[in-house]
Amino acid sequence: MSQKMSPPIQKDPQKRAASMRVVEGSYAVAHAVMCSMPDVISAYPITPQTHIVEHLSQMVADGATDAEFLTVDSEFSALSVLVGSSAMGGRSYSSTTSQGLALMYEVLYNVSGMRLPVVMTVANRAMGAPLNIWNDHQDSIGARDVGWIQLYVENVQEAMDATPQAYKIAEDLDIRTPVMVCMDGFILTHVYEPVELLDKERVRSFLPPYRPEHILDPANPYTFGAFADPSTYTEFRYQQCEAMVKSMAKIEKAASEFQEIFGRYYGGLIDTYRTDDAEVIIIAMGSVVGTIKDAIDQMRAAGKRVGLVKIRSYRPFPVKALKDALKNAQVIAVLEKDVSVGYEAGLTTDLKAAFYNSNLRMPIVGFSAGLGGRDITIHDIERLVQKAEAARAGIESEFEFLTLRKEIL
Amino acid sequence: MKEIRLHGRGGQGSVTAAELIAVAAFEDQKFSQAFPAFGVERRGAPVMAFARIAKEPIRIRSQIYEPDYVIVQDVTLLDVVDVASGLKPEGKIIINTDRPKEKLKLKTQAEIITIDATKIAMEILGRPIVNTTMLGAFCGASREVGLESLNKAISERFKGDLGRKNLEAIKTAYERVS
Repeated sequence: MSQKMSPPIQKDPQKRAASMRVVEGSYAVAHAVMCSMPDVISAYPITPQTHIVEHLSQMVADGATDAEFLTVDSEFSALSVLVGSSAMGGRSYSSTTSQGLALMYEVLYNVSGMRLPVVMTVANRAMGAPLNIWNDHQDSIGARDVGWIQLYVENVQEAMDATPQAYKIAEDLDIRTPVMVCMDGFILTHVYEPVELLDKERVRSFLPPYRPEHILDPANPYTFGAFADPSTYTEFRYQQCEAMVKSMAKIEKAASEFQEIFGRYYGGLIDTYRTDDAEVIIIAMGSVVGTIKDAIDQMRAAGKRVGLVKIRSYRPFPVKALKDALKNAQVIAVLEKDVSVGYEAGLTTDLKAAFYNSNLRMPIVGFSAGLGGRDITIHDIERLVQKAEAARAGIESEFEFLTLRKEIL
Repeated sequence: MKEIRLHGRGGQGSVTAAELIAVAAFEDQKFSQAFPAFGVERRGAPVMAFARIAKEPIRIRSQIYEPDYVIVQDVTLLDVVDVASGLKPEGKIIINTDRPKEKLKLKTQAEIITIDATKIAMEILGRPIVNTTMLGAFCGASREVGLESLNKAISERFKGDLGRKNLEAIKTAYERVS
């Protein structure tokens, strides 16, 4: 019998506590990394990620952590360093964004292929050209297939809390898969808001020390990432896929165990908001989820039955959880901050694929918005819902740019 | 929820001011949020920052288009930015200027409050850094954050003599608009 964890969902994870402090998102993440007792941190600054490694640098200098802090010459080096440190058994951390993540691309596959449990914060930012430093999800969605678990967070508290959870998931010997914690650049990295800062001792009780089964050790030699010819390469990929499938239960378990100790819960693979009787359900991930919740409350007050499914885990893609959460919707509207030039966008296409071989036949319409930092307002969400409602009578467009400025084309 | 938009120029501490509003509001047992209008920051260029204060946790992440309050740190911005854009008619706009408000030609139904924060800052801080002085004016004009809480936020941020001088600048501005 499967042990399905179904903790009581705490709908208000930011209840005001005396121990809360107003801090910058980047500081909160750096604090969470420090509390996770890393052995090696590699740092290459790039906006809007820079504050995270600046704060970590300060924490190392202050003796708050004894981690080795390595400043390197590029993002390629930043992640390559962690291949070595993680293979030697060190808990390893870095953070990056956009072009930095792109420069890591080759190494991303090396980390996941060697099954190294690195955790990295991606401060989500648009890809150039044209040069743009603002938030969207093109960078990490573009790295969808590199074999990393991808968790997306809604607010600063969740960004902080997801960090030790990410290590717990990544280092599980059944999983051994790196994790990206994706937080919206600027919107979350640069916001000041009240959070309950993690306590190092309590994190220690949640996250045990990293005890890898195999490490690079001259006394007991192993080879990592060695040559695999056609007779074995497929099996390496298969095992990664198997680990990803298994990671779904581990992601849920980590969220539940975290809740037991810290009292905060954000959903396991997904979370839902006012979906019970919803006719229109919006699917989204990242910080826009907060704005959508406010928009839903307003639309509900005006009699519209609208709900939200928030995706925490984009990889692994939580097909079963999504089908359960969405099965009674009359229409589904995907809102995502990326585009696949040539065919729709990641989440829309993934969701449609998940439903195709099932009896779920409600229309699914996709919208790209918030590209390159364009603001997404409550009014934009209302327009999205109007368009989704219109699709119930017949889909005119399966995918569109929600806030396109036609006048400047 | 109360929404505040700050206009300044790069280097004038608008983002810090927004942060201090958030810290002070939290001291007042409320929830708060502060964030910059993420620009490519250059010294002297027009910048914006935002703050929200509410009794409930704040979820919305969009920028602020219909503020309850606007704080303008540099009156020359009036020539280049529509600082009163979307300002609620029952709201307030607080401007650092030595000019009388009638001469500002602001298009708003909201209450206009002027204060010569540059003069106060020069006299007390010896530098034309007006962000804390403007916070004192905001506090006095809006009462959306408590003066005690604002002082606490300032004291945590600025230590020693600098902290003391900033508190004096805040008090002066607070009393002038109250």
